[in-house]
Amino acid sequence: MNQEGTSTTLHSAISRRARPPRASMLTCATAFGWRALLKIKYVPEQMFDVLVTPIMFTVMFTYLFGGALAGSTSDYLQFLLPGILAQTMIFTSLYTGVTLNTDIGKGVYDRFKSMPIWRPSPIVGAMLGDVLRYTIASTIVVLVGLLLGYRPETGIVGVILAFVLLNIFGFGLSWVFTTLGLILRTPGAVMTVSWIFLMPITFASNIYVDPATMPSVLQTIVAFNPVTHLVTALRGIMDGGLTPGQLALCLVTPITLTVIFGPLTMLLYRRKR
Amino acid sequence: MTHAIEVEGLIKHFGATQAVNGIDLQVPAGTVYGVLGPNGAGKTTTVRMLATLLPPDGGRARVLGHDIVTEADALRSRISLTGQFASIDEDLSGWENLLLLSRLLGFGRKGAKARAQELLQAFDLEEASHKQVKYYSGGMRRRLDIAASLVVTPDLIFLDEPTTGLDPRSRNQVWDIVRALVNDGTSVLLTTQYLEEADQLADRIAVIDHGKVIAEGTSKELKASVGSGVMHIHLADPAQREAAQQQLAQALSVPVHIEADPSALSVQFTDTTAATYALAELPRAGIALSHYSMGQPSLDEVFLALTGHPAEPETTQNEQEVQA
Ligand SMILES: Nc1ncnc2c1ncn2[C@@H]1O[C@H](COP(=O)(O)OP(=O)(O)OP(=O)(O)O)[C@@H](O)[C@H]1O
Ligand SMILES: [Mg+2]
Repeated sequence: MNQEGTSTTLHSAISRRARPPRASMLTCATAFGWRALLKIKYVPEQMFDVLVTPIMFTVMFTYLFGGALAGSTSDYLQFLLPGILAQTMIFTSLYTGVTLNTDIGKGVYDRFKSMPIWRPSPIVGAMLGDVLRYTIASTIVVLVGLLLGYRPETGIVGVILAFVLLNIFGFGLSWVFTTLGLILRTPGAVMTVSWIFLMPITFASNIYVDPATMPSVLQTIVAFNPVTHLVTALRGIMDGGLTPGQLALCLVTPITLTVIFGPLTMLLYRRKR
Repeated sequence: MTHAIEVEGLIKHFGATQAVNGIDLQVPAGTVYGVLGPNGAGKTTTVRMLATLLPPDGGRARVLGHDIVTEADALRSRISLTGQFASIDEDLSGWENLLLLSRLLGFGRKGAKARAQELLQAFDLEEASHKQVKYYSGGMRRRLDIAASLVVTPDLIFLDEPTTGLDPRSRNQVWDIVRALVNDGTSVLLTTQYLEEADQLADRIAVIDHGKVIAEGTSKELKASVGSGVMHIHLADPAQREAAQQQLAQALSVPVHIEADPSALSVQFTDTTAATYALAELPRAGIALSHYSMGQPSLDEVFLALTGHPAEPETTQNEQEVQA
């Protein structure tokens, strides 16, 4: 930089000019979404979990429990697949918290916070990156399902609408994990706490078995579990026969979670460090 | 004179630690202001408060006329921060980092690409532009970090220890950037543990220790406040050091310091003539000199005189290179 040439470029590069207008909320969020995609590009291994777990679960549950639970594996697969989609989305969503926890300790967040940008955009952008994760994982589940003999009654349109609903639910659920990601100290702790919370809501639901076969106490719990509402709506979409009531019930959870945990996340984010 | 930064009684504590304990600062606009202090003095905490990252527990500060608490949002669009620990994304390439920031700061798609390219060129980073930052050398990382702070030229830039851990060549590059910035009208507040750096770059310096300003002024003023000169003496025979120390102390009636080098002594004085005579007396008493120098005290010595302890107690430059 001591040479004449470089020094001129330096001076012209740092000379004062009119600053561009402030970036819109959408620009900020998509810019951070792009950042999340770049992270996947550089560390593709992180997609391994996202890819392998859903395949494993679909195959395992179909052949292990299919005969016992529904009489035939093909009947069970028809029942199970929308549930596996929900389960996959739920297990994937916890990475939002783990990733945020790892990311936020880095110095680059100091820069983001000292910039004149839409404040929630780093977090919202990361969630946009998650949309890609959910979509890839869901696509794999459906493809494996098709191979094993699953046939969605409502065809491709039903599958796409199911993906949209999964993403909406995932978006709401993510706020819980961003909150955990900001409260807890280490990514390991975020993982552990998230599992403690996710295990019961995943298994005490209608994903794997028809609640009618359960003891009545459990039936009540399952009936109140938001995961059940999601799975019911997904089955309604993919098999046909979704009622507006089922859809509304399913949307209550992501909306409620966003209203409560969205602002909480932002408060914690502002306070962090 | 207009002030870029006005700070009054700023306070921040973390639990029982008084990180910043009532700091007052007046930073003139359009200058380089150095904040000098050892590890843990409170430099980073002060900078983070002034850059709106940390709410203060007490006191007031206006930066570029904006209150750092109530007008933080307006302030953010006029300042930039290069933090002590890389404030760039290590997982992304240099190009991607600058592109992301350009988009966030309002450049369109095309404009952002042009701006990123221009900065990479100006900061001598073109070759590595598509490598992930984690594979950059310390000097490249710092240059990218500073470039990232200049995507939109700010009115004021905070540089927190911009040269810690850099080799002399990279350090000089950073110094050139700082000089170019202030030339173009940007005010600069930089923190440093290196007295030479403050001496070289800063128009005014605040020396801080334990969260308080213990001295303020130009480098010249600081030196003058401690004594007009300092003499470094190296003896031919280390065994005579004690005798030399006694003789000088008696002649000048000031303390004479023993240096790490077993044949070296140093003494700060106010009367140059008296000091010269005292020095000449040594060979007469049979104490042979190897070499000596006389001059203004270094900021190291200023620090020692002001605080009673040396400025750089824990870390040496080498250790910091390993950490970085
Ligand atoms: N987030 C924090 N939580 C608790 N203590 C903190 C925190 N940040 C700083 N401190 C403490 O506050 C004091 C001042 O720290 P600060 O980082 O401001 O010093 P510094 O002058 O920047 O030091 P260095 O030269 O090592 O960077 C130190 O004792 C430090 O341990
Ligand atoms: Mg510091």
